[in-house]
Amino acid sequence: MKKILAGPLPWVGPMLILIFAVVLWPVFEMLRTSVLEISSSGRERGFIGLGNYEELLANPNLPGAFIRTISWVLIVVAITIFISLFLAQLLNANFPGRRYVRWALIVPWASSVIMTATSFRWMLDGYYGILNRILLDLGLITETVEWLGDPESSFPMLIAVAVFVSLPFTTFVLLAGLQTVPGELYEAARVDGATSWKSYFGITFPLLRTSLFVATVINLINVFNQFPIIWVMTQGGPGYETDTTTTLMYKLAFKSQEIGQSAALSVLNFAVILVFVLIYLRASGYTKKEEN
Amino acid sequence: MKTSVAAKTALTATGALVAIIFLIPYVRMFTTALTPKSELYSIPADYLPTWFDFSNFVTVWDSAPIASYIINSLIIAGSATIVVLLVAVPAAYYLARFRFKSRNLILLLVLATQMFAPTSMVIGIYREFVALGLVNTYTSLILVNAAFNLAFSVWILSGFFSSIPAEVEEAAMLDGCSRIKVLRTITLPLALPGLLTAVIFTFISAWNEFVIALTLTSSPEIRPLTVGITGFIGLYEIQWHYVFAVSLIAIIPVVILFISIEKWLVSGLTAGSIK
Repeated sequence: MKKILAGPLPWVGPMLILIFAVVLWPVFEMLRTSVLEISSSGRERGFIGLGNYEELLANPNLPGAFIRTISWVLIVVAITIFISLFLAQLLNANFPGRRYVRWALIVPWASSVIMTATSFRWMLDGYYGILNRILLDLGLITETVEWLGDPESSFPMLIAVAVFVSLPFTTFVLLAGLQTVPGELYEAARVDGATSWKSYFGITFPLLRTSLFVATVINLINVFNQFPIIWVMTQGGPGYETDTTTTLMYKLAFKSQEIGQSAALSVLNFAVILVFVLIYLRASGYTKKEEN
Repeated sequence: MKTSVAAKTALTATGALVAIIFLIPYVRMFTTALTPKSELYSIPADYLPTWFDFSNFVTVWDSAPIASYIINSLIIAGSATIVVLLVAVPAAYYLARFRFKSRNLILLLVLATQMFAPTSMVIGIYREFVALGLVNTYTSLILVNAAFNLAFSVWILSGFFSSIPAEVEEAAMLDGCSRIKVLRTITLPLALPGLLTAVIFTFISAWNEFVIALTLTSSPEIRPLTVGITGFIGLYEIQWHYVFAVSLIAIIPVVILFISIEKWLVSGLTAGSIK
């Protein structure tokens, strides 16, 4: 038996090769590119140390994009988790038609974000969009609004769409968590006279910790790296006014041909996301629990 | 727990409202895809067109190489899924069953790849495949989609493998079965829900992937549907009815696939999160 197994290598080797070749190599390539001078056609012109980083920090569009990214991530993740907790509770309750509600929630999850975002762009269109029609009919606006033309209104719309596409995954992870809570616990709490709010915060919430953690971290990473929504709905525009650092990075590389600067921003993005995750780990006290 | 009739009605009503909200963009896609071109640009918008133009679903095939985009998406997503299965199943099985020296290190590595989204590394990926001469090939897209979906599959699968008691396998091996045979005839069938979840997740994620395909493809012969569809979005005019006809062609089959695993979805995610 031992002979057939021949150690871990034949079993995990192919996975390691794939990870090294397609995940870690690009990470290395990105780090390397960030300290090279690259011509706009992509040719390497040698080592320039932190030159790309200096150029990036002097980029006038960076501070705005950076602040927007922080608020983008915090607002989208907070709203998503809050609504998901409610939705998971709803989908865990027993009522006729629950299966169809679960199916409806699966639709945005299975659909391409590009296509969902395109539909939102169409519904929000200033001339032909259905939203303006509805609001006009309800008398809430008197003339049509160009929702995506002005960052004041387009950024909240982008946030709403990001929450919309995030909800199914986080809800289902929390639902999976809820189903591991043994029903007897509630019975016991009820016998002890606990109200439903009390039993929610006393029993459900603490037991949801693991799934809440998984849902939040994965959502955090996805929202930070969200590209299609912004790309389809505003392209980060007008100008750079709705860019996050993710779309700015893409624009730098493939629109302005500033490949070195773009690689530097990717490295910076990595650092930021790592900080986000670490702060969350700390705040949730998850790391301490794991050590025990 | 018993729920009163009134409470159940309230829950069903809330559920119906939630379902409607989540379907709105897709219902609008549907009505737009059936809107005759002459009525697309009415100001303000109409709730429904005066008549449904089903021919949009026919003429859209002549307006762009849709069939070829679909075949490309199938090739890329299908191959990536096969690669993930071939690579993730043995790895997840071994990681779930055996404790060995570098196990924690490998688990950490897998977890770390979950943090690396391809979008954030698009420069590195692009430059790697330029260096390898693999830009504008299926190979590059298959490899990227496989590698970045690997972590999730390993996570789900090892959760499932761990939940199958080792005694079941040991009993069969005492009867003279080899480990490979046990894996094939006992363990994999027992882990079928996990396998299906991993397969469908990988397929759908690769089917919907956009940024890498946008960056690594330059010719329509290689392009998947997600990138192809942006061709309808011109500089001055967007052919909305076509965009949404194609979107629905892309969305409906994967939604059906996804709903078919709904039964296992929750248990799949539970198995993963307990580990």
